[in-house]
Amino acid sequence: MSALPLPFPTIPDTPLPAHLGRVTKTYGRVTALRDFTLSIQPGELLALLGANGAGKTTAVRLLLGLGKPDSGMVRVFGADPRDAVNRVRTGAMLQAAQVPETLRVREHIHLFSSYYPKPLSMDEILDAAGLHGLEERKFGGLSGGQKQRVLFALAICGNPDLLILDEPTVGLDVEARRALWRQIRAFVARGKSVLLTTHYLAEAEALANRIAVIHRGEMLAEGTPAEIKGNAASLEDAFVAMTEDREGEV
Amino acid sequence: MLRIHLLEIKYEFLKLLRTPAYSLPTILFPILFYLFFGVAMGQRQIGSVTMAAYMVATYGAFGVIGASLFGFGVTVALERGQGLLEAKRTTPMPISAYFVAKIAMAMIFSAAVVLGLMATGILAAGVTLTLGQGLRLFAVLIAGSSTFCAFGLALGYFTSEKSAVPLVNLIYLPLSFLSGLWVPIAFLPKPLQTLAFFLPPYHLSQLALRAIGGGRPSLATSTHVLALVASTALFIALAYLGYRRDEGKRFA
Repeated sequence: MSALPLPFPTIPDTPLPAHLGRVTKTYGRVTALRDFTLSIQPGELLALLGANGAGKTTAVRLLLGLGKPDSGMVRVFGADPRDAVNRVRTGAMLQAAQVPETLRVREHIHLFSSYYPKPLSMDEILDAAGLHGLEERKFGGLSGGQKQRVLFALAICGNPDLLILDEPTVGLDVEARRALWRQIRAFVARGKSVLLTTHYLAEAEALANRIAVIHRGEMLAEGTPAEIKGNAASLEDAFVAMTEDREGEV
Repeated sequence: MLRIHLLEIKYEFLKLLRTPAYSLPTILFPILFYLFFGVAMGQRQIGSVTMAAYMVATYGAFGVIGASLFGFGVTVALERGQGLLEAKRTTPMPISAYFVAKIAMAMIFSAAVVLGLMATGILAAGVTLTLGQGLRLFAVLIAGSSTFCAFGLALGYFTSEKSAVPLVNLIYLPLSFLSGLWVPIAFLPKPLQTLAFFLPPYHLSQLALRAIGGGRPSLATSTHVLALVASTALFIALAYLGYRRDEGKRFA
């Protein structure tokens, strides 16, 4: 870094994988995000932690170009998330999305891979999502955890640099949740960046390099799991204390 | 680009072929109805053609309309509900691939129904068609499916996952009857015959009849074509409104 004082914050040479800058977003009279700032650094897994309705999905949708902020800046790799290049570099698992039940796992992967210029090979994708042996099964016949792994496969098949996972393990049992965690960890281990939203504290603690706590559309705290925990006995205690403090202010 | 479109068509087709609730009624109902009515009353003359030939044309229209309305209306409503369209919007897939695949799929199923009806007519009801008549009938019906793809698309945007199937049935079945697709239009009471002029399926069936040398001479071919083109434009406009409304809700 230059030692000279600079009038503006420096713009990094490599643009951040994802950045929300002072974003406000309202739906009618509901403010989903208020002056919200969040950045994802290259190679990290950031968990956006918050209760249902805190604004997590809104943040995800803005970063995926599925909506526009009322004010503020949304950038993915330094550009508009809707840029064709960003559609290629970003993979996503939307909350509660489904794919057609009558198509087989292999067929879904084949179709989604065709959208990308340099997809992973079928074998790599099956490996990365833990789907070996399920290739010929129809989506409709899979268990909840297997379905989520298929959606994970569709999110990573284009070999994205940024992966956005919106509540990927909701409704899964412990076993299935841990299986998906393994796949997510393996993805990060390849130097990729991940934004994961969750309302499970254990999930944030188990996976994240950094945790951002969101409450009613505002950022409450940001830091490593240890920093967030602070002096509290557990992340859960810290989280409860944090959100209760905020309730007192309102 | 081309590869994406072709794969999208392939899987759209496979998806519906493996959905018996779609593929069986779409292909078998028109043929079953034809066996009951067309074959039974077959040798009577209606205008310049036999009833058996007449009904290949009208049940052909019935089949094509069903394949298009259900193929578009129900799948678009369902996939909007499932968030599939949204998930695809996060990928680099060109949006055209989604719609092109559905049009192609509706035409493939339409072709299967029409060919099945022709074969049934020729083999079971002694229908004689010249090669020219057969090709003309096929072309008219397949081209006509586009009007009902647009209609189905509009319905897909204004119905939900749950309401799409009952609602499409509620429109499709009465509309087919009132347009003279089940029993010849001349057998309906006079006021209903007048009403039929305002129903797009009536115009498609008349064009189909004309392709095999039948139909009512009262209206010019161009009138029927114009009526279909105008209703297609109307349905596309409605579908566009629905699309905009949907995008506004989702992507605001």
